Amino acid sequence: MNFGALDLNTVWFALVGVLFTGYVILDGFDLGTGVLHLFAARRDEERRVFLNAIGPVWDGNEVWLVTGGGALFAAFPAVYATVFSGFYLAFMALLCALIFRAVAIEFRSKHHSPRWRRFWDRSFAFGSLGSSLLIGIAMGNIAWGVPVDARGEFAGSFPGLLQPYALLMGVTTVALFAMHGAIYLVLKTEGELQAHVRTWINPLIIAFILCYVLLTLATLLYVPHVTEAFRREPWFFALVVLVVLAIANIPREVSRGREFFAFLSSCAAMAGLMAIFGVGTYPYLVYSHPLPEHSLTAFNAASSPKTLGVMLTIALIGLPVVLAYSVSIYWIFRGKVRLDKTSY
Amino acid sequence: MSTEVLARLQFAFTISFHYLYPPLSIGLGLLLVAIEGLWLKTKNPLYHQMARFWTKVFALTFAVGVATGIVMEFEFGTNWATYSRYVGDVFGSALAAEGIFAFFLESGFLAVLLFGWDKVGPKLHFFATCMVALGAHFSAIWIVVANSWMQTPAGFHLVGEGLHARAEITDFWAMVFNPSSMTRLAHTVVGAWQAGAWLVVSIGAWYLLKKQHRDFARASMKIGLALSLTASVLTLVTGDRSAAGVARNQPAKFAALEGHWETGPHARVHVVGWVDAKTETTHGLALPGGMLSWLAYGDTAAPVTGLRDIPRDERPPVNFTFQLFHLMVGIGFAMIALALWASWALWRRTLENSRALLWLLVISVLGPQIANQAGWWAAEVGRQPWIVYKLLRTSQGLSAVVHANQIVASLVMFTLVYLLLFAAFIFLLNEKIQHGPDETDLSPTGKLALGFKPAKGGPA
Ligand code: HDD
Ligand code: HEM
Ligand code: HEM
Repeated sequence: MNFGALDLNTVWFALVGVLFTGYVILDGFDLGTGVLHLFAARRDEERRVFLNAIGPVWDGNEVWLVTGGGALFAAFPAVYATVFSGFYLAFMALLCALIFRAVAIEFRSKHHSPRWRRFWDRSFAFGSLGSSLLIGIAMGNIAWGVPVDARGEFAGSFPGLLQPYALLMGVTTVALFAMHGAIYLVLKTEGELQAHVRTWINPLIIAFILCYVLLTLATLLYVPHVTEAFRREPWFFALVVLVVLAIANIPREVSRGREFFAFLSSCAAMAGLMAIFGVGTYPYLVYSHPLPEHSLTAFNAASSPKTLGVMLTIALIGLPVVLAYSVSIYWIFRGKVRLDKTSY
Repeated sequence: MSTEVLARLQFAFTISFHYLYPPLSIGLGLLLVAIEGLWLKTKNPLYHQMARFWTKVFALTFAVGVATGIVMEFEFGTNWATYSRYVGDVFGSALAAEGIFAFFLESGFLAVLLFGWDKVGPKLHFFATCMVALGAHFSAIWIVVANSWMQTPAGFHLVGEGLHARAEITDFWAMVFNPSSMTRLAHTVVGAWQAGAWLVVSIGAWYLLKKQHRDFARASMKIGLALSLTASVLTLVTGDRSAAGVARNQPAKFAALEGHWETGPHARVHVVGWVDAKTETTHGLALPGGMLSWLAYGDTAAPVTGLRDIPRDERPPVNFTFQLFHLMVGIGFAMIALALWASWALWRRTLENSRALLWLLVISVLGPQIANQAGWWAAEVGRQPWIVYKLLRTSQGLSAVVHANQIVASLVMFTLVYLLLFAAFIFLLNEKIQHGPDETDLSPTGKLALGFKPAKGGPA
C-alpha cells in the first residue's frame, strides 16, 4: 500500500504506544489478580476462582506484549537493541517473573497436593508482583532518561536503573494494576468472595492516588523534558483531567453495583495514563540523560519508510481481525466464574 | 569464556528448550482437528473422549511453549543488539507479523478449545480448534521465514557502512519467499507433525502394553499412525529438497553436512563416518560414488564444492555438523521403517500381540524430538561463522554493552528455571497419562450433547 505523505514515524510511535497500552490495560488486570492472589483469596476454591477469572484470557492478553516487542523491533530496531541489551539483567528478571506467572496459572490446579499448590500460588503471586514492578521501573527509566553514548548504546549500569523516580513509578504501577485487578475480580466473582474483594478496592484506589500525586510532583520538579510538551500544548492537560475523573468515577460505580462501568472507568484511566506518557515523551523513545543529543527518537531510530509502510499494511489487515475475535472471546466468557471440570 | 561463546550458548539453550514444545503443539493441533472432525462426522463418543484427553495434553505443552517463547522474542535485543540493528528493518517485520497473525489467533481460540466445551456449540468449538491449529502453523511460518532470511538473504539492499550498516527491505515478497524459506518451512512443519503424531502413538502403545483403555488406545493409534506414516515419508521428501537447496545456496554448509573436502564430480555420501578437520579427511562407510552429486543436482557427474575451496575462516565446525546431520537422517529413516512396520501390524491385527513392537512405539516419541533438535543444530551450526549468511559474522552481531558475567547470571537462571519447568512438565504429563482418558467423557454434556445421541456399534 502507498501511504503518500503520511508521517509514518509518528504513526508507528503511536501504534507501538497503542500495543503497549493494550498490554497494560489487558494484562494489567491479570497481573493485578496475581498481586492480590495470596491476600484476597485464602481458601483453595477462592484461589481457583481467581485463576479461572483470568484463565481464558491471560494468554491472549500477554500477546499484546509479544506483538508490541515485535513491532518495536520492526519499526524502531535501534530502540529495541539499545533498551533490551542495556536493561539486560532487568529484562532477564522480567522474563523469569513472566515465566513463573504463566506456568503457575496452568500448572497449579493440575495436581492435588497442598505443597504443590502452595508453591505455584507463590509463583503466581510473586511472578505477577515482580512483572508489574519491573514494567513500572522500565517505564520510569524511559520517562526519566538513561545515559546513552554517541553510538546510541546504553551507557549506564543495572544499579543505576534502580533510581528513586523509577522505583516510584514501579510502586505506582503495582498499585494501579492491583486496583485494576480488584475491579476486574469484582466483576467475575459473586457472594462472599465478591464482598471480600470489594473491600480491597477503596484502599487500593487511595494507594494508587497517593503514589500518582507523588509521581506527578516528581515529574513536574525533576523531569523537564516531559513537562515541556505540556507547556507547549496546554490542552494536553485535558488528558490529566480525564484520568482524574475516570478514577473518581470508580468508587461511585462500585458502590452502585455497576461493576462493569467501574471496570471501563479503570480501563479509561489507564489508557489516559499511557496517553500522557506517550505525549510527554514524544518524539523520544529513549531520552538520553544527561546528553539529550544522543537520544533515540521516532525519527533517528526508525526503520526505512518502506518497512514502516509494509508494517502499517500488515497492522491494518491484522489488527481489526484480532480485535474482532478478541471481543467475541471476551463475550463468550462473560459473566461470573463457575468452576467445572474444565476449570483450573 | 568469551561473551560470544556465552551468548551463543545461552541462545542455543533457550531456543532448544523452546523447541521441545512447539512441534508437539503443531502436531497435536493437527490431530485434534482430525479427531474432532471425526467426532462431528460420526458422532461416536469415543472421539469426544479422545478430543478431551488430547486437549489436556495440548494445554500442557502449550503452556510451557508460551512461557519459553516470550524469552525468545526479546533475546535478539538482549544478546544480539548489533545484529538487531543490522537486520531489524527486514527481520522485525516477520516477527511482528508472527504476533499479529499467529499468536493472537492461537491464544485467543485456545480459550474456547480448553474452556468452551460447554459454552459454545460443537461446530463453533470445532472452528476454534481449527483456528488454534492454524495459529500454531502460522507461528512456524513466520519464524522460519525470518530464520531462512538469515540463511539465504534476499529482497534487501545494504545502506550505510561499518557500524552503521544495515539491511533495508526493497521487496517484501522476495524477503518472504527467499530461496530457502518454503522448502525449509515444509520440512520443519512435517517434522513437527511427526513430533505430535509419535507422542499420540507412544501413549497409545503404552496403554495397549498395560492393557488399559484399549478402545481409546486403538483409535488414537490409528489416527496417530496415519499421520506418522504420512509425515515421516514427507520428511524424507522435503529433507531431500532442503539438502538440494543447501547445496546451491550454502555450499560451505552442504560440504560440512557431508564431510566433503575435494570439489569435483561423482561426490560420495557417507552413511556413518568421522571427519578429521586437521587432516581434512572423512573416514567411514561411503555409498558408491556419485550419490551426493545425484542427490544435490540429480546428476552423478555434477561437481560438488568441497571444503578445501572454502576459505578457512568461513568454514563451520565440520565434524559436529556432520554428526548432527547424520543423526537426523538416521532417525528419519528409522521413523519411516517403524511407521511402516506398525501400520502393517495394525492392518494385520497383530499389533497388540507384539510386545517388542509396542515397546519400540512407546519410545518412538523421542525420535522426532532428537531429530528436530539435531536438525536445527546442524542448520544453525552449519551456518557459522555467519549470523546473516555472507553478510554479518556472528562475532559482529553481539550486544556491545553486555558483559560475560551478566550472560553467565542469566544462563544460570535459565538453566535452573528450565530444569524445574521440565521436571514439572514431565510430572504432570505422567500424571495425565496414568490417569488416562475420563470415562465420563463418553457421554458429552451441555450444549455438546444436543443432537448427539451416543452412537451404536463399537469403537472406531
Ligand atoms: C522429525 C524431525 C526430522 C527428521 C526425521 C528429519 N529432519 Fe531434517 N530437519 C528437521 C527435522 C527433521 C528440522 C528441525 O525441521 C530442520 C532444522 C532446520 C530446518 O529447516 O528444518 C531440519 C533441517 C534439515 C536440513 C538443513 C536445512 C538447512 O540448513 O537449511 C537438511 C538438509 C535436512 N533436514 C534433511 C533431512 C533428511 C534428508 C532427512 C531424512 C529423512 C531428515 N532431514 C530427517
Ligand atoms: C528465535 C525464534 C523464536 C521466537 C522469537 C519465538 C517466539 C515465541 C513466543 C513469543 C511465543 C509465545 C506466544 C504466546 O504468548 O502465545 C512462542 C510460542 C510458540 N512458538 Fe516460538 N519462537 C521462536 C522459535 C519457534 C520455532 C522455530 C517454531 C516452530 C517451528 C515456533 C513455534 C511456536 C509455537 C507453535 C508457539 C505456540 C506455543 C506452543 O505451541 O508451544 N517457535 N514463540
Ligand atoms: C527452533 C529451533 C532452533 C534451534 C534448536 C536453534 C539452534 C541454534 C544453535 C545451536 C545456535 C548456536 C550456533 C552456534 O553457536 O554455533 C543458534 C544460533 C542462532 N539462531 Fe538458532 N535455532 C533455532 C531456531 C532459530 C530461529 C527460528 C531463529 C530466528 C528466527 C534463530 C536465530 C538464531 C540466531 C540469531 C543465532 C545466534 C547467532 C549464531 O550463533 O549463529 N534460530 N541457534
